[in-house]
Amino acid sequence: MIKLALQKAFSSGSNPFNLNLSLEVESGSFVAIRGKSGAGKSTLLRLIAGLTQPNSGSIEVKGLPWYDGKNKKNLSVQARNVGFVFQDYALFPHLSTIENLKFASDKGTDPNHIQNLVDVMEINDLLNRKPETLSGGQKQRVALARALVRKPSILLLDEPLSALDTEIRIKLQNHIRKLHTQFNLTTIMVTHDQGEILRMADRLIEIEAGKIIADGSPKEILGGKSLSGKFSFNGEVLSIEDQDFISIVTVLIAQVNVKVVLDQSERENLEVGDKVIVASKAFNPIIYKL
Amino acid sequence: MDWQPIFLSLKLAFITTLLLILVSIPLANWMAKSKWRGKPIIEALISLPLVLPPTVIGFYLLLVFSPNKGLGAWSQDNLGLELIFSFEGLVLASMIYSLPFMVQPIHSALSKLPNSLTEASYVLGKSKFKTLIQVLLPNIKPALLTGLVLSFAHTIGEFGVVLMIGGNIPGETKVASIAIYDEVESLNYGIANTYSLVLLGLCFGILLLVYMFNGGHFKFHEE
Repeated sequence: MIKLALQKAFSSGSNPFNLNLSLEVESGSFVAIRGKSGAGKSTLLRLIAGLTQPNSGSIEVKGLPWYDGKNKKNLSVQARNVGFVFQDYALFPHLSTIENLKFASDKGTDPNHIQNLVDVMEINDLLNRKPETLSGGQKQRVALARALVRKPSILLLDEPLSALDTEIRIKLQNHIRKLHTQFNLTTIMVTHDQGEILRMADRLIEIEAGKIIADGSPKEILGGKSLSGKFSFNGEVLSIEDQDFISIVTVLIAQVNVKVVLDQSERENLEVGDKVIVASKAFNPIIYKL
Repeated sequence: MDWQPIFLSLKLAFITTLLLILVSIPLANWMAKSKWRGKPIIEALISLPLVLPPTVIGFYLLLVFSPNKGLGAWSQDNLGLELIFSFEGLVLASMIYSLPFMVQPIHSALSKLPNSLTEASYVLGKSKFKTLIQVLLPNIKPALLTGLVLSFAHTIGEFGVVLMIGGNIPGETKVASIAIYDEVESLNYGIANTYSLVLLGLCFGILLLVYMFNGGHFKFHEE
């Protein structure tokens, strides 16, 4: 369990604001953080990791105080042992993949653990390559593996997939979910992508100007409560085929293409690439026993 | 011909460069990280030798090193080290004189490394010192080489400062550049020419090696 209540004043940037967050995160949960750029999402991760210092407040993890403004207690970044994946991956350019992983280990690290991470992340073929020769998705997998070498209980991800294309994103989303479950992690991920949030997170926190403005189940926050449909899926618009009076929209839902017929008024606001919910309201689906 | 001035120049440059890199790495690292308001003053002080005539530096060092007061007196009383007209004094003066040539490439390269490398290393449990040695320095090798070579070459070419505080004591402060001046004054153009040729060949050789090793350019101002 992570308990935090933190305050920090930001004077730089175009609009100065005070960050004021209090939050409790259950062990083992997967929390997505969403908000406009400059809202304080990355800062929240950095505050938890100890890379940024708050002005006041407290952080408590599993009952241990990591930061306490009143008693001047502040556990160092090094001692907090969180897994952190940076937006630019931050792999050490002079080290190969395996050397990057070994850099994170210390005397007590079980070599089987590194091998296990290598297997889970499917980076066996990349072990002797330098970061500059890896693709974005490969770098991300190495960065994730490296973040878990020290067996942290908390994994912090700062827009980890934002630079990758859709196909690799989905593959990596699965990888991250797998790591989350297998290593019993509490994961906090900053992301803009609604599909990603819906696929991965159990909880969504929206931040605006340093304050939490929404906190709850991703489906409720993103889908809107008005859709109390019989079923609903999240997907991405792949193509729109306009005909005389109707349009046929192809939506990618969990790697399956679904075609939906829309009338002109429904079609108007849609564009290829939009994230949508496909739901039913009026009819009852049929179930066949197989 | 007396080879001593050449060896003395090489010895001075070698020792100066070695001590300088030990001083410059922490200094450059501090400059790259610090957000202290007074930092521009330190930066300006470090860069002064780039623009000041060596005789001006030499003149002030002469005052500071003088055994009657200040640093010179302290050094003589506590370390038994005379700084005026001595090899040790020359080393100290050369370090000040060549400081920007070592600090600037290292500072520039460290500033350009993404901050996330340092932070990633901290998050992975490594101390500031380990991060500097194992992450930052290995990623700025070309800049380190540039700093080493420029400082070495700059120290070999030193004249004004040596003249002011070192004088012309054979085996102690009579370095090659002074020896050349000395021989020309005594109208021994032949010997002056030999010294000059040796220095010329030496400097050219060093630079050639660096250009070959460093991918053809100095990483002094990597834009």
